[in-house]
Amino acid sequence: MATVELVNVAHSYDGSKTYAVKDINLSWQDGVASALLGPSGCGKTTLLKIISGLLKPSEGKVLIDGQDVTAQSPRERNVAQVFQFPVVYETLNVYNNLAFPLRNRGVDKAEVDRSVRAVAEMLELTPYLKKRANRLGAAEKQRISMGRGIVRSDTTAVLFDEPLTIIDPQQKWHLRRKLKELHQRLNLTMIYVTHDQHEALTFADQVTVMDAGEALQTASPEELHHQPAAPFVGYFIGSPGMNLFDGKALDGGIQLADTHLPLAPDLAEGNSVQVGNSVQVGIRPEYVQVSRDAHEGWFPATITRTMLTGNALMLELTGENLQLKAIVPEESPLQAGETIYVHFPHDKVLLYSSRQDGGKRLETQVAA
Amino acid sequence: MKQVNQRAWFFLIPALIVMSVNAFIAFMTVINYSFIDKLPGLPSLWLGLENYRGVWQDNIFPSALRRQFIFSFVVLAIQVPLGILVALGMPKRGIGATISLITIGLPLLIPWQVVGIIWRAYTRADLGFVPVILSWFNYSYDTGLNPFDAWVTIVVMDVWHWTPLIALLCYSGLNAIPDAYFQAARIDGASRWKTFWVVTLPRLRSVLTIGILLRFMDSFRIYIEPFMVTGGGPGTATSFLSDTVVREARAFNFGPAAAMSLVYFYIILVISYVFFQVLTNVGTGNEPVQEA
Repeated sequence: MATVELVNVAHSYDGSKTYAVKDINLSWQDGVASALLGPSGCGKTTLLKIISGLLKPSEGKVLIDGQDVTAQSPRERNVAQVFQFPVVYETLNVYNNLAFPLRNRGVDKAEVDRSVRAVAEMLELTPYLKKRANRLGAAEKQRISMGRGIVRSDTTAVLFDEPLTIIDPQQKWHLRRKLKELHQRLNLTMIYVTHDQHEALTFADQVTVMDAGEALQTASPEELHHQPAAPFVGYFIGSPGMNLFDGKALDGGIQLADTHLPLAPDLAEGNSVQVGNSVQVGIRPEYVQVSRDAHEGWFPATITRTMLTGNALMLELTGENLQLKAIVPEESPLQAGETIYVHFPHDKVLLYSSRQDGGKRLETQVAA
Repeated sequence: MKQVNQRAWFFLIPALIVMSVNAFIAFMTVINYSFIDKLPGLPSLWLGLENYRGVWQDNIFPSALRRQFIFSFVVLAIQVPLGILVALGMPKRGIGATISLITIGLPLLIPWQVVGIIWRAYTRADLGFVPVILSWFNYSYDTGLNPFDAWVTIVVMDVWHWTPLIALLCYSGLNAIPDAYFQAARIDGASRWKTFWVVTLPRLRSVLTIGILLRFMDSFRIYIEPFMVTGGGPGTATSFLSDTVVREARAFNFGPAAAMSLVYFYIILVISYVFFQVLTNVGTGNEPVQEA
């Protein structure tokens, strides 16, 4: 168990022409349950391989417990990795699979036996110990993979690379719970890579959102939801994702297509939004207020579609040349085709610089 | 009763005609000959199992069978490990992969007779360069006089000709192994040797099954190459089963030759079946599991 740190890590597969990951600075505290979340191809698997030592980064350093391990092999780092597709040694039985990492390190026989049986008990593999690994189902094989990761007493961190991809939905739930349980019991540093926000948000205490090789934000699931540091984070997390609009900062407000969003007075002195600059405005669908009656400052919009999502009703709206989504309670009487009035509560609106300026979060508030 | 469409049989007729000409009729003729005393221009005489008893009575067939087993065992024992080794050493991608594929595949493109002629030219006591080179080391090499020289020459020729088959099969098998297996082995701290045993070899099982079967059957019916290089000699030192059968037929002993070739055929059938059963079941969990 250990702290893992990445310092200015970057990696290119084609000799510095394009970078799969760019200048990453991240750290994981000892015993943290963490997730790397991002769309396919965002560089999260590359980052994982850099941590485990399967890949040497083109630039930057990997520190484990403050010690530079960039040049070390996976074996020397004692980092375990569980892969997307269950990897088992098919000619060995379950017992010998679990014993494999220990025997490779010359652990003595009694110790091997004790550790293997303990891990098998934890992962509910005891009844299968004498079975060939390749005769088991995908979920059992993935448990064997996990078992090989945690069987060593000196494992510094366990990395999971989308480990539930090919597992059945019911088994998925069971395995996820098992993982959580293992984390609490062993207090291991766990880093879990996934493109599935539900997996990430339910497993981890700390989530890093990645896009296009960059780590955009590292925070708790709540913070990612309420305070996304970049438009992508807001859009990627939540279902549906955050509404995003391009706008222009004017004196005292923001012009969003045909509507005007007033800004708080301190903007005038504030230095983060310059009058005349392009900005991006974000608001989560669950915070969009709708009403059949007109109010001061609300703008009209037509409901183009309604969709039931679990216990809520999602509205797709068009108005003032904006397209947006809103979430209202399931029992709402609103119907497609109606024209209603929409309002963005000032404390729920988030401002970002324009796409060209990198979509950075702007610390300012929209007027009441 | 379920209605079965019988029309499929109709489409099999062309194949059946071709097979009856080149396999079925020929096979039946051989079976027929094996029970009679057949001499051109004379009436045939029914002998029953006499020809089959004859196969085992003198030492011609049994000694050829013994030589055949030794030969097949030796070439398989060399070609399989060597083929795997070559495949492991071949580059996985880029121009190097193309070049090595072509170079290694080259011997497979050469007709068998030509392979025999090439090696004959290399090793002839009067013309070849091999005797010359060996004479520098005071070794007097002559495939026509020394049975050991003849054997080594034929084994080396076969290895040169057929190791590429195993190598190419293993190469395609190796490329089909997902990287995650090797990465997992690295993370689990496995040595290269251990990784080979636990990851690579089990994953090459199916291609190796095909490779070993093909090589066994081919080596067991080898004919033209030793015929070109040594003519089965010196004496009968390199006369393998097919050569022995041909010698018998050339001497107009059609009955005994037919009996021999049928015995020969059944031996290949049985051994191939055993090979296939063993190779497809080893390491798949269908055999008893050893205790942990």
